[in-house]
Amino acid sequence: MGDKAQGRKILVVAELRGETIHPVTFELLGKSREIVEHTGGEVYSVVFGSSIDKAKASELIHYGADRVFLFKDPVFSVLNPMLYAYNLVKLCREEKPDIILMGATCFGRSLGPRVAAALKTGLTADCIDLRIDENGELIQVRPAFVGNILAHIKTKTKPVMSTVRYRVMKAREKDESRSGLIIEKTAEKLFQDRIRLVGEAVPKRLNITDAEIIVAGGRGLGSAEGFKLLGELASLLGGVVGSSRPPVDDGWIRKEHQVGYSGSIVKPRLYIACGISGSPQHLFGMKDAETIVAINSDPSAPIFRVADYGIVGDLYQVIPLMIKEIKARRSSVG
Amino acid sequence: MEGLKTSLKTSVLLKQLLNIIVLVKQVPDIERVKFDVETGRIDRSSAPAEINPFDLNAIEAAVQIKEKMGGFITALSMGPMQAVSSLRDAVARGVDDAILLEDRRFAGADTLATSHTLAAAIRKIGSYDIILCGEKTVDGDTGQVGAEVAQLLEIPHIYYVSRIIRVSENSITVVSEAENASYTLESGFPVLLSVTRDVNKPRLPTLKSKMKAMKSEVKIWHAEDLSGFLDLDKAGYAGSPTWVQKVIVQKEKTRQCRIHRQVEDGLQELMRLLEAKGLV
Repeated sequence: MGDKAQGRKILVVAELRGETIHPVTFELLGKSREIVEHTGGEVYSVVFGSSIDKAKASELIHYGADRVFLFKDPVFSVLNPMLYAYNLVKLCREEKPDIILMGATCFGRSLGPRVAAALKTGLTADCIDLRIDENGELIQVRPAFVGNILAHIKTKTKPVMSTVRYRVMKAREKDESRSGLIIEKTAEKLFQDRIRLVGEAVPKRLNITDAEIIVAGGRGLGSAEGFKLLGELASLLGGVVGSSRPPVDDGWIRKEHQVGYSGSIVKPRLYIACGISGSPQHLFGMKDAETIVAINSDPSAPIFRVADYGIVGDLYQVIPLMIKEIKARRSSVG
Repeated sequence: MEGLKTSLKTSVLLKQLLNIIVLVKQVPDIERVKFDVETGRIDRSSAPAEINPFDLNAIEAAVQIKEKMGGFITALSMGPMQAVSSLRDAVARGVDDAILLEDRRFAGADTLATSHTLAAAIRKIGSYDIILCGEKTVDGDTGQVGAEVAQLLEIPHIYYVSRIIRVSENSITVVSEAENASYTLESGFPVLLSVTRDVNKPRLPTLKSKMKAMKSEVKIWHAEDLSGFLDLDKAGYAGSPTWVQKVIVQKEKTRQCRIHRQVEDGLQELMRLLEAKGLV
């Protein structure tokens, strides 16, 4: 097992959100294909769901899996980590993968540690890169200490387990001509009453992680009122409102808007930072945006060092002018 | 006679009240700590140590549950002797008892080895209904220890708890957050919960509670105190399956910023940018 000559068996744990397979799964499949093309071996995937059918599961093959284990059972409608872990651990004992990958999402972060503890193996969180070294061993790269350092981590035990951040690896093009095997598995229905869902899940309106345009505010807004202005600009641009940590701590805006180390990591096409000074904790969450605009009255604010465009000025002057200008252009065109 | 009375009273109380364990970690103040660019190590002497900020919400949640239901809160930590100060801080914030797991053989642990050690101590404590922990630590930043401990203890866990709705003598109802939805979940005891910063606003310790905490006794458990509960091969560096092969210090990624001090100029450039991105 795990011998260089024998190739690698990589198991990607698919994540379902409602009826759809979350794209982090496809990114992991893409990375896994890249690894087995180098080492030899096969890419497996496993999916748990209450209503997932073979047609849906075959998407995993189209994105790179050679073999898919399908657990379809109503018990999986509640994310009960004990039940999920039990079935996943059992599968791993049967199939003996060398590497197990899951998304560093709420799902993967909750399930991964249970599985690692049960398999008595190491788990590396939040990887941003995976590569095979000259000895054929997996190097797991993860940021540490607010992104100040990148740690290269190895695992002595088998299987090697990692959770991987969403939107750092590339999925392959969907190839519907790829063929593979779908193996239907029977769920072990244990621990069902340990966690019970009360009522219905409440969907969230805001999905800041996937937002293409973010207009974010910081302490420089001065009050909760400022977010109304940012909201107007954001909706004009088809974007959402973000925040650094201080406004969240002060109760000006809800936590789900927070971008940064203890909030969300975002990668929009355009990030407009208004009244945000740019602490390392905030920069950690948004520095990979395609274009960064900073509006701040303090010319020495660190945010200007990571921005592409900056305006030194009062955001309460600049933003209303921007809104006015955008509206004017649209009405002259329309 | 006096002793018997006290022990009877304690056993009656323990049956009715909830036993709560809070997992805490002492961390460097991450906003101030300096990094050694040569070695990529953090210089722990460069910043004061404190309770992991996320753990403050776990402590506050425990105190609020105790205020409603009655109970006994034990703070449990693993770390060097200096961590006693953070456990005293936990006492000042309302925990009843504090235990530090300190031993050379616990040092250098990754999340799995840490979890084995904490789980062993929890088994030694014996009676527990709710285990609370923060969402993650600011230094390790993995968020893995809670669920690993739950697995080792064979109890359920609920992650990302943003609200505690109801606690009864034998169950707890909470809201658990995921990226796309919130779920109201109910679990019997024992259960491990990791709480987010939204779950509450931690109170500051009062001067009086600080004074009391300074005199409080923090129990120190060494490896031999966990004998029968912990396989030492699973603890510390020796028991850690993951190891850091190397660290690379990240250079700050800066961009060439076109800064405008005239709002009009800046505005024109922004409009050109929005146009280029197809937004106007």
